[in-house]
Amino acid sequence: MPKAELMDYDKALELFEPVLGFEVHVELNTKTKMFCGCANEFGSGANTNTCPTCLGLPGGLPQINKKALESSIRLGLALGCEIAEHSRFARKNYFYPDTAKNFQTSQYDDPICHDGSITIELESGRLVTVEIERAHMEDDAGKLTHMGGATGRIQGADYSLVDYNRGGVPLVEIVTQMIEGAEHDAPEIGKTYVAAIREIAKALGVSNARMEEGNVRCDANVSLRPRGSNVLGTRTETKNVNSLRSVERAVRYEIQRQAAVLHSGGTITQETRHWHEDTGITSAGRPKSDADDYRYFPEPDLLPMAPSREWVEELRLTLPEPPAARRKRLQAAWGFVNLEFQDVVNSDLLDAVEATVAAGASAQAARKWWTGEIARLANVAGVAGDSLVTPVQLAALIGLVEAGTLTDRLARQVLEGVIAGEGTPAEVVESRGLAVVSDDGALITAIDAALLGQPDVLAKIRDGKVQAAGAVIGAVMKAMRGQADAARVRELVLERAATIE
Amino acid sequence: MTYLTKLSAAALRDLLISQEVSAVEVTRAHLDHISAVDTDLHAFLHVAGDDALATAAQIDERRAAGETLNPLAGVPIAIKDVLATQDMPTTAGSRILEGWVPPYDATVVARLRAAGLVPLGKTNMDEFAMGSSTEHSAYGVTRNPWDRDRIPGGSGGGSAAAVASFQAPLALGSDTGGSIRQPAAVTGSVGVKPTYGGVSRYGAIALASSLDQVGPVSRTVYDAALLHDVIGGHDPLDSTSLTEPWPSMAAAAQAGLKDGALKGVRVGVIKELSGDGFQAGVTQRFNETLALLVGAGAEITEVSAPNFEYAVAAYYLILPAEASSNLARFDSVRFGIRVNPESGSLTSEHVMSATREAGFGPEVKRRIILGTYALSAGYYDAYYGSAQKVRTLIQRDFASAFSQVDVLVSPSAPTTAFKFGEKLDDPMAMYINDVTTIPANLAGVPGMSIPIGLAPEDGLPVGLQIMAPARADARLYTVGAAIEQLLEASWGHTMLSQAPALTPTEMFASEEGAV
Repeated sequence: MPKAELMDYDKALELFEPVLGFEVHVELNTKTKMFCGCANEFGSGANTNTCPTCLGLPGGLPQINKKALESSIRLGLALGCEIAEHSRFARKNYFYPDTAKNFQTSQYDDPICHDGSITIELESGRLVTVEIERAHMEDDAGKLTHMGGATGRIQGADYSLVDYNRGGVPLVEIVTQMIEGAEHDAPEIGKTYVAAIREIAKALGVSNARMEEGNVRCDANVSLRPRGSNVLGTRTETKNVNSLRSVERAVRYEIQRQAAVLHSGGTITQETRHWHEDTGITSAGRPKSDADDYRYFPEPDLLPMAPSREWVEELRLTLPEPPAARRKRLQAAWGFVNLEFQDVVNSDLLDAVEATVAAGASAQAARKWWTGEIARLANVAGVAGDSLVTPVQLAALIGLVEAGTLTDRLARQVLEGVIAGEGTPAEVVESRGLAVVSDDGALITAIDAALLGQPDVLAKIRDGKVQAAGAVIGAVMKAMRGQADAARVRELVLERAATIE
Repeated sequence: MTYLTKLSAAALRDLLISQEVSAVEVTRAHLDHISAVDTDLHAFLHVAGDDALATAAQIDERRAAGETLNPLAGVPIAIKDVLATQDMPTTAGSRILEGWVPPYDATVVARLRAAGLVPLGKTNMDEFAMGSSTEHSAYGVTRNPWDRDRIPGGSGGGSAAAVASFQAPLALGSDTGGSIRQPAAVTGSVGVKPTYGGVSRYGAIALASSLDQVGPVSRTVYDAALLHDVIGGHDPLDSTSLTEPWPSMAAAAQAGLKDGALKGVRVGVIKELSGDGFQAGVTQRFNETLALLVGAGAEITEVSAPNFEYAVAAYYLILPAEASSNLARFDSVRFGIRVNPESGSLTSEHVMSATREAGFGPEVKRRIILGTYALSAGYYDAYYGSAQKVRTLIQRDFASAFSQVDVLVSPSAPTTAFKFGEKLDDPMAMYINDVTTIPANLAGVPGMSIPIGLAPEDGLPVGLQIMAPARADARLYTVGAAIEQLLEASWGHTMLSQAPALTPTEMFASEEGAV
């Protein structure tokens, strides 16, 4: 892939104003597909979740999944959209082997949701309001796998396999209005906007919202307007940018690339572009003009939808607290500094920490465990942290530490026991015999033995060289097989050193 | 057992229920008759043969075991090849689907099977139901049993010819612009296009989704009603299927046999569907039928439907537009034939293109091109948009007419059966032949064609079309059965008893090219 010439980012911004637009596809997590009863399931055997309708067999007919309609409306409401009183599906006609019917059942002039907006907050604290033009329902295409080529791309492949399991999965496509005034923040706006959509979809429970599984996919439109001009530049549409970091990188890349092209007197071709995650560049896809003709017409196999106002209001009542507001509230309540809070958010542990606090743990302890030891174990096991231990179990464990029953080190062993299914933390402490020895008598016996066994150390302590106590503490902890509170041991060592005969 | 093929479905039903004949006997009689006459007529594309006998044997066993069966259990039926059948090839008359056996049954087929009817096979049709003569089938023409040099109508010429030639007492058809009613008219049989949404379209290979409707084909109005009761009613797999319960069509047909059934019935004659362009003998039989209706106490009124004039034009925009999209799926990727291009690389685009080039016939290509054009950006409003407006106007014409009358009548077709090849090179002449039947599809109202005699000039069947408001299908059966009874009483026989005998001799003669 020839690397395009890029202009320095700051210089590009000096010469041009970036104008953005995003199309985000959110895959809904309904049990069945958009227009048939097949399972909406990731990871099944190829072409097993299919039927005459989603395979586009002759005679197949669609039926609207009411749950998908409900999820779409809830998503629209969470994006501040109006919900159309009358909405209908339309056929978007084009030939491609991953599209079983050779048309996509989408929406054209009557989308279910329109005219919304969300406000996102950048790291600088800058607030940006992104206007939503529409959010419409459609069915997903199947998945093509290109075989025989070196890159997995269609170019150079010998043949392609198609899996229609994803064909017919419900999607909501959220289309923004043109975003002007982004300036230097353009890449961050892209990233933050997509993160916000993902977070809202997840909070609503309408999507699994895993970008790595393609549940949320972003097409980023970028154009540059020369400073002082009021004419929009030609835009490119970078397709399928599937991680937050990639959205940021792709927008930045396109700004730098387009600026270099324009500055050298070239023109931007209106086209789709492919994003290359590995090299961090975009490459030309197919030319795309406004005259692209999909021959949209109202889907005659489906009746128009007229969601009642009562139903829409009922659904509005089911909306959760907006994620941004919730984050503000939780950070304040927990007293986390930004770095700590971001760590929790980025690790997708907000729910886990909140539930652990609700179960009685302190916020700091909950954070420390979830982002520390549990994250480490989860990473080793290759699973999500919250699949290893429940917030209630963790809160109980933290309680034992705070009561002095366990040291951190012992608590980690208890955690292992809990994860291994040995029972509640208390049960693991009991069965493994891991409680801290808090009987001073047993400790004093051990301390006295250690002091008398190392008279030179005893002498140093008595001379006021308190740090020498470390050697004794170590010996005692060893003798107690770690099941002692080191702080208490230290106190007792100093006490006994002063009095021992 | 040849007499069994002459019987109506109702008569067969009675003999089967009383166990005077077995389903196997009835099925075998029909299969034998098919063997005897269909090599020449070519109503069937596929004959179920042993499968049909096996199905019939099961019905007999169940009946012998005392199981309560649907009254029609054991009655044979022919199925238009546009309907998906999981045990028989389903081609819609197209080369592109040659040999394709669907993995599922259309809802109407599933309902037939559940009721114990015995599928005899699949009937010929114009490719993807595009045509009025069955000449556009990729598998050869079907001959009209009344005159083997003439078309049996279309697109459902196979189903109509099968029923008219006693190869099956019942058949299923599909009607997008007249494909059940016009073949019924030109073969002297009965055909009904139900209210749009009255019968499931799931598993019916779509021509134009907003116009298609599956319906019964038979030799008597009562038989059509019996079949309608089996296939009709809500289907959750078809989103355009109506949800309300339906009255019994069979009961409605029986009500038409009572004395005075036509008394006071307000019958509207559509001014725009008469006169110029209508064959003299067609008009004559139509007028005689009106006179008969008056004699039976019906009130005849002339009504005007001024926008019917635009129906054919609107239809030939809406139909191709929807068809161009519906037929996009025939691309060789998942089913049907695959044709590799003679030159160039084997990309999916090239293979799709070569397959569609080889697999679709000229009429299908013509309509795909028309429809693609009509939906194109910049033309959509002028063509598809305007056509939809005309559709609304036609619906208003119907609403206005039905505010004055109970049923509307017209000749089912402007002419009797024409000769093979007569209109094949002139698509407009072929299209205009559907002028009488198209309005009902555009408005979604039900329509029926019943035979009303032979045109004196050519001795060929003439049909009467009866139309009722949407959801008032039962009214068609009542009025249709009443008129049928009046006519048969006046003739002293049934229409189809006058059809020329079809014998194996004729078949051989035809094979030798002697006719």
